[in-house]
Amino acid sequence: MAAHLKKRVYEEFTKVVQQQEEIATKKLRLTKPSKSAALHVDLCKAASPADALQYLLQFARKPVEAESVEGVVRILLEHYYKENDPSVRLKIASLLGLLSKTAGFSPDCIIDDAINILQNEKSHQVLAQLLDTLLAIGTKLAENQAIQTRLVEVACKHLTDTSHGVRNKCLQLLGNLGSLEKNVTKDAEGLTARDVQKIIGDYFSDQDPRVRTAAIKAMLQLHERGLKLHQTVYNQACKLLSDDYEQVRSAAVQLIWVVSQLYPESIVPIPSSNEEIRLVDDAFGKICHMVSDGSWVVRVQAAKLLGSMEQVSSHFLEQTLDKKLMSDLRRKRTAHERAKELYSSGEFSSGRKWGDDAPKEEIDTGAVNLIQSGACGAFVHGLEDEMYEVRIAAVEALCMLAQSSPSFAEKCLDFLVDMFNDEIEEVRLQSIHTMRKISNNITLREDQLDTVLAVLEDSSRDIREALHELLCCTNVSTKEGIHLALVELLKNLTKYPTDKDSIWKCLKFLGSRHPTLVLPLVPELLSTHPFFDTAEPDMDDPAYIAVLVLIFNAAKTCPTMPALFSDHTFRHYAYLRDSLSHLVPALRLPGRKLVSSAVSPNITPHEDPSQQFLQQSLERVYSLQHLDPQGAQELLEFTIRDLQRLGELQSELAGIADFSATYLRCQLLLIKALQEKLWNVAAPLYLKQSDLASAAAKQIMEETYKMEFMYSGVENKQVVIIHHMRLQAKALQLIVTARTTRGVDPLFGMCEKFLQEVDFFQRCFIADLPQLQDSFVDKLLDLMPRLMASKPAEVVKILQTMLRQSAFLHLPLPEQIHKASATIIEPAGESDNPLRFTSGLVVALDVDATLEHVQDPQSTVKVQILYPDGQAQMIHPKPADFRNPGLGRHRLITQVYLSHTAWTEPCQVEVRLLLAYNSNARIPKSSWIEGGEVSPQVETSIEGAIPFSKPVKVYIMPKPARR
Amino acid sequence: MPEIRVTPLGAGQDVGRSCILVSIAGKNVMLDCGMHMGFNDDRRFPDFSYITQNGRLTDFLDCVIISHFHLDHCGALPYFSEMVGYDGPIYMTHPTQAICPILLEDYRKIAVDKKGEANFFTSQMIKDCMKKVVAVHLHQTVQVDDELEIKAYYAGHVLGAAMFQIKVGSESVVYTGDYNMTPDRHLGAAWIDKCRPNLLITESTYATTIRDSKRCRERDFLKKVHETVERGGKVLIPVFALGRAQELCILLETFWERMNLKVPIYFSTGLTEKANHYYKLFITWTNQKIRKTFVQRNMFEFKHIKAFDRAFADNPGPMVVFATPGMLHAGQSLQIFRKWAGNEKNMVIMPGYCVQGTVGHKILSGQRKLEMEGRQVLEVKMQVEYMSFSAHADAKGIMQLVGQAEPESVLLVHGEAKKMGFLRQKIEQELRVSCYMPANGETVTLPTSPSIPVGISLGLLKREMAQGLLPEAKKPRLLHGTLIMKDSNFRLVSSEQALKELGLAEHQLRFTCRVHLQDTRKEQEMALRVYSHLKSTLKDHCVQHLPDGSVTVESILIQAAAHSEDPGAKVLLVSWTYQDEELGSFLTALLKKGLPQTP
Repeated sequence: MAAHLKKRVYEEFTKVVQQQEEIATKKLRLTKPSKSAALHVDLCKAASPADALQYLLQFARKPVEAESVEGVVRILLEHYYKENDPSVRLKIASLLGLLSKTAGFSPDCIIDDAINILQNEKSHQVLAQLLDTLLAIGTKLAENQAIQTRLVEVACKHLTDTSHGVRNKCLQLLGNLGSLEKNVTKDAEGLTARDVQKIIGDYFSDQDPRVRTAAIKAMLQLHERGLKLHQTVYNQACKLLSDDYEQVRSAAVQLIWVVSQLYPESIVPIPSSNEEIRLVDDAFGKICHMVSDGSWVVRVQAAKLLGSMEQVSSHFLEQTLDKKLMSDLRRKRTAHERAKELYSSGEFSSGRKWGDDAPKEEIDTGAVNLIQSGACGAFVHGLEDEMYEVRIAAVEALCMLAQSSPSFAEKCLDFLVDMFNDEIEEVRLQSIHTMRKISNNITLREDQLDTVLAVLEDSSRDIREALHELLCCTNVSTKEGIHLALVELLKNLTKYPTDKDSIWKCLKFLGSRHPTLVLPLVPELLSTHPFFDTAEPDMDDPAYIAVLVLIFNAAKTCPTMPALFSDHTFRHYAYLRDSLSHLVPALRLPGRKLVSSAVSPNITPHEDPSQQFLQQSLERVYSLQHLDPQGAQELLEFTIRDLQRLGELQSELAGIADFSATYLRCQLLLIKALQEKLWNVAAPLYLKQSDLASAAAKQIMEETYKMEFMYSGVENKQVVIIHHMRLQAKALQLIVTARTTRGVDPLFGMCEKFLQEVDFFQRCFIADLPQLQDSFVDKLLDLMPRLMASKPAEVVKILQTMLRQSAFLHLPLPEQIHKASATIIEPAGESDNPLRFTSGLVVALDVDATLEHVQDPQSTVKVQILYPDGQAQMIHPKPADFRNPGLGRHRLITQVYLSHTAWTEPCQVEVRLLLAYNSNARIPKSSWIEGGEVSPQVETSIEGAIPFSKPVKVYIMPKPARR
Repeated sequence: MPEIRVTPLGAGQDVGRSCILVSIAGKNVMLDCGMHMGFNDDRRFPDFSYITQNGRLTDFLDCVIISHFHLDHCGALPYFSEMVGYDGPIYMTHPTQAICPILLEDYRKIAVDKKGEANFFTSQMIKDCMKKVVAVHLHQTVQVDDELEIKAYYAGHVLGAAMFQIKVGSESVVYTGDYNMTPDRHLGAAWIDKCRPNLLITESTYATTIRDSKRCRERDFLKKVHETVERGGKVLIPVFALGRAQELCILLETFWERMNLKVPIYFSTGLTEKANHYYKLFITWTNQKIRKTFVQRNMFEFKHIKAFDRAFADNPGPMVVFATPGMLHAGQSLQIFRKWAGNEKNMVIMPGYCVQGTVGHKILSGQRKLEMEGRQVLEVKMQVEYMSFSAHADAKGIMQLVGQAEPESVLLVHGEAKKMGFLRQKIEQELRVSCYMPANGETVTLPTSPSIPVGISLGLLKREMAQGLLPEAKKPRLLHGTLIMKDSNFRLVSSEQALKELGLAEHQLRFTCRVHLQDTRKEQEMALRVYSHLKSTLKDHCVQHLPDGSVTVESILIQAAAHSEDPGAKVLLVSWTYQDEELGSFLTALLKKGLPQTP
């Protein structure tokens, strides 16, 4: 063992040396024999099976290169034959599977051996593992028809094994590799034209539930691979719905769903009657029945799938909400029906008599059907389920079905409204969102609105805001409804003043949607009187502003409304139009000039001109290659300015304009740095000027990171260009350092590193190299052998000339590009009262920010606190603190804990958001690494953070602790 | 003939005094031991003399099972165990064990102290009785003795309510007690696995009702309370101390929490505090929401609900008060009601059913002027609301449970006869399961066909399994072996092993049969024809033609011989061992049909 260790250490050592002096490809060749040889030695030395197992486990932790896989496989197989211990054989078998997955290795050479050892194997576990290995091989060689059929043969043969594990794997194999097109197999061989579906179907009635599940899963796998399942599967699957085991039922529900999507229109008979119904309806009924299954896993599964069955006939769909009530055998109306009737009869809900809900008509005892055949009341049950997972799934399903059927949407409204009172907040939130999604199809009745509005008092901010958004897009039927909504919203405002913005926004939409309903309310709302002047309301009152927002937005489409305004209303209008322009629209007011001229910048029918402008200015810049430097600089400067202005004017082009402007700025910096007059001056004199060049290099680096990570929608083509720019910046840095430092030693390391980076660049973007014709890196790679051999000083010289000569690369613009941005809403940074707390203890600061176009904010967005003493603190918000209210939009609501030692007086700390990045993220990883050692990368990952929000100042005051 | 016998001593076509006797495979089990609320004489307790006239009950009962702590399910327990005399085990769940004595003590106090009854059980008896209790966990299989085992399932209804499976050998009975199939604010829904009992004894309180969604009821309740307190009115909710009261508390508590309300809620003290204490302890028995959140906060540690003091009733401003008892017939709830009845801003919400004659019943039926004692007339100006919160399964729920458990037959108890009739008919029609509804004292006898387990040696099983080609799970298979019955257990072993175990020598048993065939050809030729015939018909078997002229099929020997009398006929001698009886008789039958005429 010691000797072995020593050998390994020695190997490692030599490897390191190799790395530093040779290029990477050579290193691979050197490790190849050592890998398999070492394994061989290890295994031969292993005294006991346990030892051998240890070696194998160790071996599995390290990656194997594609070239050496075959050698390793041979050795493993050789040991396999000799090995008596099943656990070692098992491990070898699993290693074979793992190895055959290695990229760049074609496993067809080991398939014979694998099948061979399969035939002689006795242990069931090893058999199962071997079949797994075959599955890995088979999926790798998906094109090879002969091998596929052969593997299927093998699987069929082992299907009769007594162990469930083996049968499982066989079915899995069949599901993954079973031939899809019949014609292919037919002309191949008569024997293999087996019907995979039939074989798998036979195992639906296996004695082991695990095998039954595997059989259904295999069938689903076949479907996923594009094989059309037979309709006969449907009946088989229906039988499995009453299986004793939940995993079987759960899988069967899925299978039924799949078949119902395949054959929605075919007709199936109803057992014990002569009627026939569409298959999709039948399946729908069956899945509905599973919503009251004994196992909640099945219930969730069933409820989820219901949502995606859109072809179901409407009367079936509506049954899901129907539950015939009775009391003492007399028909009873549901509370919903009663509410509706009260509403339509024009009476206000009395609901105060005992026996108001007293049952009326007698029911014929024979006609009552307690076990509903079909869909009856499925959603009623689902929404009342014990587990909130089921309830959420049911709400989601309701949402999907309601989106596709307006009449169903109308009917499910009552149930959704009821869910607003669920005990679990997640469910409430989900149902509010659902309601918002279907709000186009519905109009709320007054009594429903009443229930909806009651939720406005909820103490959870998320719920309230979701409800505001719901109200934004709700249709209200009467003016009383509008009034009610306004009153409740104002109540909400007084109770939770922080909801101000959200409520104003909500009223804006409410007003613009219902101008005619608002009109009769105006005198009351503004409390104007026909004869008397009333007192002028306080302009700073948020409630008054809320009322005005509602009225002004309604007035936009209702020209008669301004006649009802009193004088001060007009004054307030002018004020609000300026201060809250996003909430108050431009109005045509009688007798006044239109306050804002008719220019409506948002509605440009053709956005082509600006797009064209952008394209043209970029074209102009890219043609600049051979201009004189002075002109080029000026052109770049102009274009950057233009682009920035364009970005400000045209919000939809902002991302693209910013992106290109940044790129151009990098180029400009580079040109400027290279144009320094004093490049040729001797080193000592040069020191001062180098500041500019090195600063430029640094800035380019920063800008490239921004370009790479701050924009969403950046594609690979852009990444190449960005990396290329970064490479140029690094070259520049190298040159500058070479000129400013004395001595050769540090330079050695830097050159080495730079060359490694070039190499890395080449490896990463090998596919994109052709598009970099004539560029810096193109030339660099041509000269690579020479650079490798030459001394640092020479390298620097070459680089310098190449930098000057290299062409300006055209940056292809992506289709959709957006700059990530963030705005901190809270803390607002206006408070003069410092946040006081005892030093040494913590104070919680609420942070509320909106993030736009940030991908995966949970892992990238951080909060930074800068204390006046320069101390910085980085905080990672919890993933749960991020909400996703809309596409590309995120909201961060979190608490940040501050602490500091005592100060003598209050001071401001800065809060800002950072976007963290990791340059490794874009580099593909090899599949082999199992969390063990990472193969030595040339470029270590660079992590950093870009600030992307305006800093907000918070006044704090840590007091000294009292004794 | 083995059978299961069930006799309800109470709760047969009736609500109250639940007590059901079950005899299963020679074991006698008593399910529940309750009192009847409607009677104050001997009829309030089950008639235990049915079990035995003299002597202790212990000799006749193997165990007693109590499903939950409601008095109509456990009220007669001290009387039964201490006064009649029973020393065997009493099984109940932990929460039931904890809360049951509180309720019994309360019941005793009312009966003895208030009504002055003599010959009632004493506090000491309650204590002694509770010492005989064995507590069980959910899904824990408890061996009562070597054969009898019981297992508890969750039943919802009230804290600690359980359904019990009673099992002897392969025969089993499930008793549901009271249960609820829809979850409420503090308890989950009843659940049972597919245990396929011979008999399911289920309650049927709401046999003819299908209930509306609970959400509407809850919403209405909350809305009414909220509106009243916003108007500045006071709300009185008369409740019984345990069960629904906790649900309503949780409901109001969470609502207050959600809506950030500050109006005080009071709960009249007494029983409730003790009970709430147990609710706090038995979190695992509550619903998903409470179980999930109790790490942050135990939902039964009410933030908004405080203990009530008599003086608070006169405080100005809005408030909500829970007060006992639930029917407004006496005690604190009635006192508060009298104080508040005059103000139309106030409200009283009756969350449950009220017995005729109580104040609760009067106001619910719309009476506005009440005559109180001392000829006072109380004018009721406050609003009166009725809100039903019941925790029994409705007709659909019962059907659902029956569907889940898949019993062979169903027996209905704890319900009114007329309603049971309807449900019984439905169960028989729709589930095709026989259904019974015995009255008190009436015995139902169910024949059972218990399956007898037989042990088989692995070697034999594997050998026989290997002969089949495809595993057909549902199909019966023929198997050769020897059944050994020894010391009341059964074993199936291979015949060799049986011989070895019994120390017997093996006897060869051969059957020989002669088949006469009309054929003039020679024996040799004859044998050859037989060979080719069998070869073509029996493809799966090994048919050989031996050099001595005989034909073998597996171990069966066929020889052709000349007929001694009739030269035109030949005799085929067929001989087989008894193991090959099947094949042998098949062959003889085949040969008797004659050989095909060769062209």
